Amino acid sequence: MIDAAQTADQIFVLAKQWVLGYSPAALRPLLSAVLSVVPVLIAFPLLFAITTVLERKGLGRIQNRYGPNRAGPFGFFQPIADGIKSLTKEDIIPSSADHAVHLLAPVVLVVAAFLTYAVLPIGRGMVIANLNAGVLFFFAVGTLVELAVFMAGWSSHSKYSLLGAMRAVAQMISYEIPLVLASVVAIMAAGSLSPVGIVAAQAGYSGILPHWFVFTPWGFAGFILFLVAATAESNRSPFDLPEGESEIIAGYYIEYSGFKFALFFLGEYLGMFASSAMAITLFLGGWSAPLSFLTWVPSYVWFFLKLLAMIAGFIWIRGTLPRLRMDQLMGLAWKFMLPMALLNIVAAAVWKFIPSPPVRWAVCAAILIFPCVVLSRGLRRAKKLQVRSYQFAE
Amino acid sequence: MVGEGILKGLAETARNFFGSYVDGERLTTVQFPEQRLAPIEATRDFPFLVYDGEDWHAGMRCVACQICEKECPPKCIYIEKSADKKPDAMGKAQFYPAKFDIDISVCMSCQICVEVCPFEAIKMDTEFELSTDDRFGGLLLHKDKLAKSNEHYHRIHPTEAAAVDAGLAAERMAAEARTKAAAEAKAAADTKAAEAKTAAASMQASGGGTQ
Repeated sequence: MIDAAQTADQIFVLAKQWVLGYSPAALRPLLSAVLSVVPVLIAFPLLFAITTVLERKGLGRIQNRYGPNRAGPFGFFQPIADGIKSLTKEDIIPSSADHAVHLLAPVVLVVAAFLTYAVLPIGRGMVIANLNAGVLFFFAVGTLVELAVFMAGWSSHSKYSLLGAMRAVAQMISYEIPLVLASVVAIMAAGSLSPVGIVAAQAGYSGILPHWFVFTPWGFAGFILFLVAATAESNRSPFDLPEGESEIIAGYYIEYSGFKFALFFLGEYLGMFASSAMAITLFLGGWSAPLSFLTWVPSYVWFFLKLLAMIAGFIWIRGTLPRLRMDQLMGLAWKFMLPMALLNIVAAAVWKFIPSPPVRWAVCAAILIFPCVVLSRGLRRAKKLQVRSYQFAE
Repeated sequence: MVGEGILKGLAETARNFFGSYVDGERLTTVQFPEQRLAPIEATRDFPFLVYDGEDWHAGMRCVACQICEKECPPKCIYIEKSADKKPDAMGKAQFYPAKFDIDISVCMSCQICVEVCPFEAIKMDTEFELSTDDRFGGLLLHKDKLAKSNEHYHRIHPTEAAAVDAGLAAERMAAEARTKAAAEAKAAADTKAAEAKTAAASMQASGGGTQ
């Protein structure tokens, strides 16, 4: 029984070893890389296809509609129809656009999004590159997305795309800071920059409950901060100002059509999956089972279940919140999330130096909750998060 | 505190999400091609030509007066008058349209053609599934396609069609009464003239006799 569970858990690793065993030694490093990369290149775009239809159906239900239900059973062939449509559509390049950059921008975006998957542990022993500075690599490559977005906005030679790109870059740079600072607590607690190490640090169980970082005050706060920042990083609602349809039509990819537009879409969703996977790795114990008696379920199953749960959360948020205004967006990042993320680091440090659990729970919770209340009340009183007076529009 | 309103909103959307699976009342969407709502009586989109009786060509009310063509604001009607005449619904010899085309890609459904038509010959249709893969020829409707029976008109706009029919019947009655009166008057005049003629003749005859 235990053997069968272990085999199921390691089946992909064993299959790869088996294939490598039959290949000539000179080819093995190359073949090993290909065998690691190709499943990721297949699995995540497939997840993207499933997510698009689930998202549209979910949003429909939230708005008391059916959502897509025509193509195939329950509308689940909709992504195929969408794919055919985007492949056969005319690819228009504006005559005044910078052709080379215009072509490269979606490619850079998708490549950057895929590169981040190199360090994400999908299951036990299932990581493409076990870098010991993997988290650093993740955030460094993640910033390439900003470059791609700005390439798209600038090369399109359109004021809407440029405005969208400016918004996107301002937003992404602002939210990168709380994003990285929120993840610092997990790095501190695990004492490792390697995603595999961070997952290993959350591996134990007390009773049946796991030692995930999200079950500590600083971990919970860090998780929430990370999620908010990741939503902003992946330009999703309510932080979808860069592509705000009602204001700047489609933002930085307004001049893109056909397959290039589909690539932007893919890149955006891959970014969201990568951020979710990083949140899972840092705070939700990676691929480990949520209860100790469920460890017989293969690790990659848990990873993808958690990923789907995160995606459902993102869809839920998207169906609930309206788009923020630019000043609200910036105010939230710099006046609320940045101080909270810094305080969270203090809380994590305090947690480490207080041995008694009840005391450290109380102290850390106080460090986080009290400033959170004071800060939000203060910001509301200063009316910087809610109301804005317009000079000319009233 | 930051987030209270967000949690309330999340609860509301979750209620909608699960409620839409439990409570069918929430889903107001009509699954269109299979399910259809009954059309509202005042619905209108593009004009059609009304004909009476069985044969659309014989019964067509249009007499090619071209008023609608002249009044049409976007100029989507094109009429050619016939060289010969044919009896219309009233039995009177009239011109008829040799050609009557409406470009429904230009038509703006204003109903002005219907307002100006003195013969109740053009009315608004409710047929909306007119998509075609030929965007020029397919959207230029000729008179064979435009001609629709009075029964069709009654089906889509019952109240309006009944009023139109009553009006036409009254007109026909009035016309008949007029012709009848005219005929009677003529007959009376004829008999009077004949009487006068005979009286004059007899007078002349008798006068001649005395002279």
